[in-house]
Amino acid sequence: MPQKISPRKIKIDQQDIPFSEGQSIMEAAEQAGVYIPHLCHKAGYKAHGSCRLCTVKASGRWVSACTEPAEVGLQVENNSSELQSQRRAIVQLLFAEGNHHCPFCEKSGNCQLQAVAYSLDMHDAHFAHQFPHRTLDASHPEVLLDRDRCIQCELCVRASKEHDKKNVFALSGRGPHTQLIVNSESGKLKDSEIEKDDEAIKVCPTGALMNRSKPFSVPIGQRQFDNIPIDQQSTGKSGNNEAQP
Amino acid sequence: MDTNSDSNLLKALEAESWSLISDNALNRFQRSPHHALQMLIYLQAALGYIPPALQRQIARDLQLPITHIQGLVAFYFFLSAEKLGTYRIYISNNITDKMLDAATLTECLCQQLNVSLGCPREDEKVYIEQTSCIGLSDQGPSCLINGLSIPSLNEERIRQIVSLIESDTELSLWPKSLFETSDSIQRKGWLLDNTTSPGESLRQALKIGDEKSLALLEKSALRGRGGAGFPTAKKWRFCKGTPAEKHVVVCNADEGEPGTFKDRVLLRQHCDLILEGMTICARLIGAELGFIYLRAEYLNLLPDLEKTLQKWRDNNLLGQAILGNEGFNFDIEIHLGAGAYICGEESALIESLEGKRGIPRNRPPFPVSEGYLSYPTVVNNVETFAMAARIFGKEGDSFSQLGTEQSKGTKLLSISGDTPKPGIYEFPWGVTIQEIILASGAKNTYFVQVGGPAGELLDQSQFKRTLCYEDVATGGSFMIFNAERNPLEIILNFTQFFAHESCGFCTPCRVGTQLNHQLFEKISTQGAAPSDIEKLEELNLLMDRFSHCGLGKTASHIVKQGLAQFHKKLKPGDDNWSPDFDLDKSLSTARKLRIIDTGAN
Repeated sequence: MPQKISPRKIKIDQQDIPFSEGQSIMEAAEQAGVYIPHLCHKAGYKAHGSCRLCTVKASGRWVSACTEPAEVGLQVENNSSELQSQRRAIVQLLFAEGNHHCPFCEKSGNCQLQAVAYSLDMHDAHFAHQFPHRTLDASHPEVLLDRDRCIQCELCVRASKEHDKKNVFALSGRGPHTQLIVNSESGKLKDSEIEKDDEAIKVCPTGALMNRSKPFSVPIGQRQFDNIPIDQQSTGKSGNNEAQP
Repeated sequence: MDTNSDSNLLKALEAESWSLISDNALNRFQRSPHHALQMLIYLQAALGYIPPALQRQIARDLQLPITHIQGLVAFYFFLSAEKLGTYRIYISNNITDKMLDAATLTECLCQQLNVSLGCPREDEKVYIEQTSCIGLSDQGPSCLINGLSIPSLNEERIRQIVSLIESDTELSLWPKSLFETSDSIQRKGWLLDNTTSPGESLRQALKIGDEKSLALLEKSALRGRGGAGFPTAKKWRFCKGTPAEKHVVVCNADEGEPGTFKDRVLLRQHCDLILEGMTICARLIGAELGFIYLRAEYLNLLPDLEKTLQKWRDNNLLGQAILGNEGFNFDIEIHLGAGAYICGEESALIESLEGKRGIPRNRPPFPVSEGYLSYPTVVNNVETFAMAARIFGKEGDSFSQLGTEQSKGTKLLSISGDTPKPGIYEFPWGVTIQEIILASGAKNTYFVQVGGPAGELLDQSQFKRTLCYEDVATGGSFMIFNAERNPLEIILNFTQFFAHESCGFCTPCRVGTQLNHQLFEKISTQGAAPSDIEKLEELNLLMDRFSHCGLGKTASHIVKQGLAQFHKKLKPGDDNWSPDFDLDKSLSTARKLRIIDTGAN
């Protein structure tokens, strides 16, 4: 007789992963130290499902791991070459869509978008660059908003609302014209309630929102993802991309 | 909307009395933030635009972040923060309109009014823009003027419009004949032949009781007519079975699938059946709150709908203690859309009903358990509600004798394109594509597009296939193309549609629909390079698998099918290919700069 298996488990790439009621595939994976590439997800925030990077094949269906509830017996394909190459294409779409300049971006080395691109072995944008015209908000002395680098993950929107209790950010527009806007009379950061230590700035997975007070305080080469790829860092910490003091 | 309040609002606009205007809008809509979108639609119609200062005032008055109101204005196509013009004309750019030479007429209109497409005229009088299909493919080319539809555009009508505009004639004084649309019903069947009088089906449902009514619906095997085909009784049971303080019924009248217009006709001719279906649903799931989400393009239907609703209330078919049944209270409110195809997706529609941008929600939870304001909600298509009511009416049981094993009853089709008899056709499920084409009188048919750009492209080799959930499922759009049409031009029209209508929430759809269109445009005008085809194939697989909702998933199908069907026209050959890198285009900016900066040479 086969041994009765524990009722609360899913399988990710043949590995048994325990989960508790109400957890998503992503949460179960993170708890077990299994990395599923992601950008718009961060532990502690409501699942969003917009970047689609964490798409997995769960019992034959393509779903985003961050929004899909774990269910007993679910067979999840995660780290397959097919999925990884499609995830690379998703990251390439993000690079082609915005205006990203890693070599001279202040966030380089602490940037999750860059780190995930390295980890997925991305060498070029592959798709035609869109070169959108986006505006920069440098009105605030301590916080910079560079929309060129924004990937519309809404982490700052959620953090400002749920954590900072301020509602500084929102997405506006539609389709390719979707852009991050600021909640203030002038629409500028300087007139908003933002402060440099807000969670909304820390959660940004790219260089779209940055604390301007400590530029390059950690030299290139010693930053979070400079030496250890994102997929090998503790999954629980993968969202913590703050510059180390 | 009464002209008096309009002119008062315009005076207030001139005086920049933002709080006065905001107050007026808020009072009209119960001062509720869930009506924010409805307030903006009202102000857009009254003022022609919603100035940023007014947006800020409304946000303050509703105690919403300013970004919420700004987000709405920038999301919905028919709302604008800039003054566009006293007369705002949106010309339908569906492929069926283009086939009737909408492009020449648009050019003609622009020329006579001395305005360029998408740019307000200097005197702020006229603005002309294109928009996605406005639901008049049977009488195109068509346009909207300040929200009201004008069908059957021709040179004569264009001249008439120009002279009315240049003489500053108020829209309410324009000849009624300009706005008259016909219902063009070509083939009636089980639904359109309905003779049940208003209230009869509801009385029947009340007579047999809730459980037997649900069983009756179950036995009929009615499935959702919006396209997905979910069993209606099952949906209602799920919703009923979710304990909550309130339950909600929503009628999806946001038919935006290019080429479809059957809901327009149903709303005009069988409005009673629709209201009755909703009321029966409300009775069975225990809902007091009902909505009809009417697409902006059907604004001309609003006055009659409101009248019918009032008639229902007067006859105690809506309101408190309906037909004398203590505790059976239900009423229906109409919400307008504002130009967003995505709001036809049920969860995006609910977001829009709540006064938000129409972004599809994550599922689970499904609307039947958490829908409008988190209450369990049934969302059904116009046609589904009409059929549900009809099933309770005279000889309603004949429904399940029609159709196929898994697709019972009939289906309304909106037939347009290369046919001498465009219009509404009702067929039992199981009819073949060939039979439909034959009935429409179309000759020399090359291929048909069933279900709109997101549906299926079927060429002659597939005309034996049958219309049903088991084979070719459809929401009802049926566009016919004859052998003289260029399929690339048609597919390009569809890729443009998706690029325009992607909501922008998820990466694959937001970026993929743009790239798809750009690549297809390049291929259809210059020819393909092998790498173009590879990229299209790669993109479409990605969109199909990785997109957040059905829009992104199905937006890829047309290109995939196009590549498969017309590979000879698309695949690069010895004489029809061009590289994917355009040297001259890439250098054009630099060349321009050289010319401007004469000192640099």
